[in-house]
Amino acid sequence: MAQKNEERLRRTMMFVPGNNPAMVKDAGIYGADSIMFDLEDAVSMAEKDAARDLVYEAIQSQDYGNAELVVRVNGQDTPYYNNDVKAMVKAGIDVVRLPKVEDAQMIQTLEKDVLAAEKQFGREEGSTHVMAAIESAKGVLNVAEIAAASDRMIGVALSAEDYTTDMKTHRYPDGAELEFARNMVLHAARAAGIAAFDTVFTNMDDTEGFYRETRYIHQLGFDGKSLVNPRQISMVNSVYEPTQKEIKNAQNVITAIEEARIKGSGVISMNGQMVDRPVVLRAQRVMRLAKASNLVDEEGNYIEK
Amino acid sequence: MEIKETAIAGTLESSDIQIMLAKGANGIEIDLESDVKKQFGQQIESVITTTLNQLGIESASVKAVDKGALDCVIKARTIAAAQRAGQTTDEPAWEVL
Repeated sequence: MAQKNEERLRRTMMFVPGNNPAMVKDAGIYGADSIMFDLEDAVSMAEKDAARDLVYEAIQSQDYGNAELVVRVNGQDTPYYNNDVKAMVKAGIDVVRLPKVEDAQMIQTLEKDVLAAEKQFGREEGSTHVMAAIESAKGVLNVAEIAAASDRMIGVALSAEDYTTDMKTHRYPDGAELEFARNMVLHAARAAGIAAFDTVFTNMDDTEGFYRETRYIHQLGFDGKSLVNPRQISMVNSVYEPTQKEIKNAQNVITAIEEARIKGSGVISMNGQMVDRPVVLRAQRVMRLAKASNLVDEEGNYIEK
Repeated sequence: MEIKETAIAGTLESSDIQIMLAKGANGIEIDLESDVKKQFGQQIESVITTTLNQLGIESASVKAVDKGALDCVIKARTIAAAQRAGQTTDEPAWEVL
């Protein structure tokens, strides 16, 4: 379950329709970093109650390993929102994802409701995290204040289907229509010290397009991507996988840190050059990715393929 | 909880169970259809009965069509059907969830 923000990898967040027992039950076997049970768009109006019951019971009884458990609740303008939040807090979900967030006020309302539910059901106060989905022009323009609206925030996600509709366009293969929103969401997340998730890619037949988009958002600096199909998990992970050269370099940096610590030196040097803090942080992230990709063993030694 | 109307929850898809709940007079009576009835029939009926009792339902006529549901699914579908039958879906049964 939940770990400290900066230590957790969030390459893949897999959508799971909340009223589908087969998918809810099997969600843990694909190795997604985060599993997002959906009570919103994937569930019809008539089944909102049943989906909430199903996700609740599944979280209570199924083993999802180390995956971070997220639930997308219904929006604050729906009659389902309050019971969704209460039930998921009671179930001990890691993260409540609020759809269609347009200003900081909405996150503050969510925070208040989550806290009330934690008190009502005797859960540790502050144990439930939240995240925001940005799905409109207003949301994009306010994303900086949204990302910083609460200590419980772990991330912001761009949701491109609603956003492009709001912008009077639609999605194109080159993604030019999302350029501004992606950069806004990413900068807001980094400024607030939380994660940034890119939108879903729905055309399962366009593998090349999926890789192109994933490489692009990886280059920008996104933590990862929302996914609709488990087949996309290994594809995203392969894009985020460090190269052997990057791993070797990271290992050298980490060895240099260790040497400096043993010598009691405040300055870290490698090959006669000073290693500054960004290099150290990047090396640590490379090693986390390498471990998650099974490219190094427990001690950090490179495993030949 | 009182059963006010006949209600149904769940689907006939794989890993699901469809539960139909109606008023009953002689305790919990379950008509179960399942490919694994021989091995798991008793367990399935026990989950349904226990859940209904926890909801304060002592008498009901239950028709269940199982498609290989786990206990957590059986419990969830029973709660959903019961709350629909009792017309209490607006306030989840927190004491049973």
